[in-house]
Amino acid sequence: MDKIMKYLCALLDWIDARFPLTKLWNEHLAKYYAPKNFNFWYFFGSLALLVLVIQIVTGIWLTMNYKPSAEDAFASVEYIMRDVEWGWWMRYMHSTGSSAFFIVIYLHMFRALLYGSFKKPRELLWLTGMFIYLTLMGEAFFGYLLPWGQMSYWGAQVIISLFGAIPVIGDSLALWIRGDYVVSDVTLNRFFSFHVIAMPLVLLGLVFVHILALHEVGSNNPDGVEIKKKKDEHGVPLDGIPFHPYYTVKDIVGVVVFLIFFSMVVFYNPEMGGYFLEHNNFIPADPLKTPEHIAPVWYFTPYYAILRAIPSQVAGVFAMGLAVMLFFFLPWLDRSPVKSIRYRGWKYRLALTAFTISFLALGWLGMQVAIPTYTWLARVFSVIYFMFFVFMPFYTSTDNDKPVPERVRYP
Amino acid sequence: MKHLFIMSFILMLWPVTGMATSGHQLSYHINVDTSDVASLQRGSRIFVNYCMGCHSASYMRYNRLGQDLGISEETLKANFMFGTDKPGNTMEIAMKNADALKFFGVAPPDLSVVARSRGADWLYTYFMTFYRDPSRPSGVNNLQFKDVAMPHVLWELQGFQKLVYKTVTHEDGTEMEVIESLEQESEGKMSPDEYKNTVYDLVNFLVYLAEPAKFKRQKIGIWVIVYLLSFLVLAYMLKKEYWKDVR
Repeated sequence: MDKIMKYLCALLDWIDARFPLTKLWNEHLAKYYAPKNFNFWYFFGSLALLVLVIQIVTGIWLTMNYKPSAEDAFASVEYIMRDVEWGWWMRYMHSTGSSAFFIVIYLHMFRALLYGSFKKPRELLWLTGMFIYLTLMGEAFFGYLLPWGQMSYWGAQVIISLFGAIPVIGDSLALWIRGDYVVSDVTLNRFFSFHVIAMPLVLLGLVFVHILALHEVGSNNPDGVEIKKKKDEHGVPLDGIPFHPYYTVKDIVGVVVFLIFFSMVVFYNPEMGGYFLEHNNFIPADPLKTPEHIAPVWYFTPYYAILRAIPSQVAGVFAMGLAVMLFFFLPWLDRSPVKSIRYRGWKYRLALTAFTISFLALGWLGMQVAIPTYTWLARVFSVIYFMFFVFMPFYTSTDNDKPVPERVRYP
Repeated sequence: MKHLFIMSFILMLWPVTGMATSGHQLSYHINVDTSDVASLQRGSRIFVNYCMGCHSASYMRYNRLGQDLGISEETLKANFMFGTDKPGNTMEIAMKNADALKFFGVAPPDLSVVARSRGADWLYTYFMTFYRDPSRPSGVNNLQFKDVAMPHVLWELQGFQKLVYKTVTHEDGTEMEVIESLEQESEGKMSPDEYKNTVYDLVNFLVYLAEPAKFKRQKIGIWVIVYLLSFLVLAYMLKKEYWKDVR
């Protein structure tokens, strides 16, 4: 036994002389100190990583049997569902995974809004996260065309034509994206390429940068206190605990709870009543038959509702783009000296509550057929949505923030 | 407060709306049971004998059907497959799309996944609400699918129904004829109850046909979740043990 250990140590020394294995392990796990007061909201970072792995692994297996051609795509998905051993499992994991990805990411972003994780010194962490979010939207959009059902087809048709609304270059841009005058086999092929290579590569790169940026500045926490300001004689933050083993064992609990909910959907409700897999997408794409009601998948519907709320299409497209882009400016819009909602005044609390309700309401409205009442509601909520950002410098700088403690509260 | 956020998120995702139904009042609800193999077998018989004259199920293989429904290859060959099909073939039909267009004005859709796009209730209501309408080329119309091109293929089983109207007086005094119910006009081979059961079997089969793996996934799922729950206990104990010394 001792002998084996000796050889293993020698092997590790050999590797460490050539590759910073021990150094990496320590810097990112064993001696990466995270605040000890993480709560429920801090599970979603590691869960996002888990879902990314699920998507990549199931994606590899799906790609083995999927055929990216207008002629065969729909049938090859059914082939996976019926004739490929465990193909249905791979497919449902992937389709549920895409919705789960957005749920987890939205909760992860909401955590940042709650505890001010985007504020100095984490501006770049927030920006890289936003780029991940944008890439994820692209990844989801490209992937949604692949089953080649009616919703895939017409959803893509609608979203690509939005680019056509851009003045002057619009039409040529839409044509360039489509590669054809309508969504066709050409479009499907390039979307497949984007979905399985381009976007995942970018995504992985960005996730790497995101984690690097996180480990450089250190994690924020529910109290919004910088733990690095109080260190012991060894330079270890007084309120920090090594990520491994403390947060690895804690995150395993989060992972298992997540997988229980995930499995409930995969095995018992993979369509999620038409929200994860839309009913109309079980009809093969038909370029000659427009469905009565076209709505994007739930994770895009808040923006879709904003688009529809505005009568002019150009302005709608602009507003929709702005609704996403405004998140990028949060670190500079927020003028409060306080990070966490625990010590913020009533103004930010009220603003965040109104914003959250608006976001959820817009999400619901974006799925409905646009009757006048809903359109007006969408307008009201869109205004609240934008007010959250536009007035942020004013209400955060004049808020009655409370004093922030020196150290984190635990438990 | 934070629980409110979580709750609203869950509520948003929970399926609250079903399939859109058409304006009439006569709609039926069906509780399908794809573990009822006998019902699936009866449904498959109806499907092959009545539907597959015009509709294919081109993503489904005969031998998969036999395997899942406990139908031997001999029975499959004798009663399910016609012409030159082999057990490994998918359930195709002989009618060409171009011909179908000429006959019906529209090509009968493939029915492999129809239960997933239409929903079981829609299908059930569709089969129950054919009625006589001399103005249509096929002599029948349907309450669920207005002016459908498909004739009432199951008429010999059900017989024909006719519409019964009633007069409704609005608040402003205008009178309007609205559909009240369907009434049996001529007898079929089956009693109304027998026909209802037959339609149940057929819809049950269509639901199975749309997702043959459904029964399997529901059977496996419970064990996956039981495993995860027991793992959760261990994971939680491990976490507790490590976190004892965090103060």
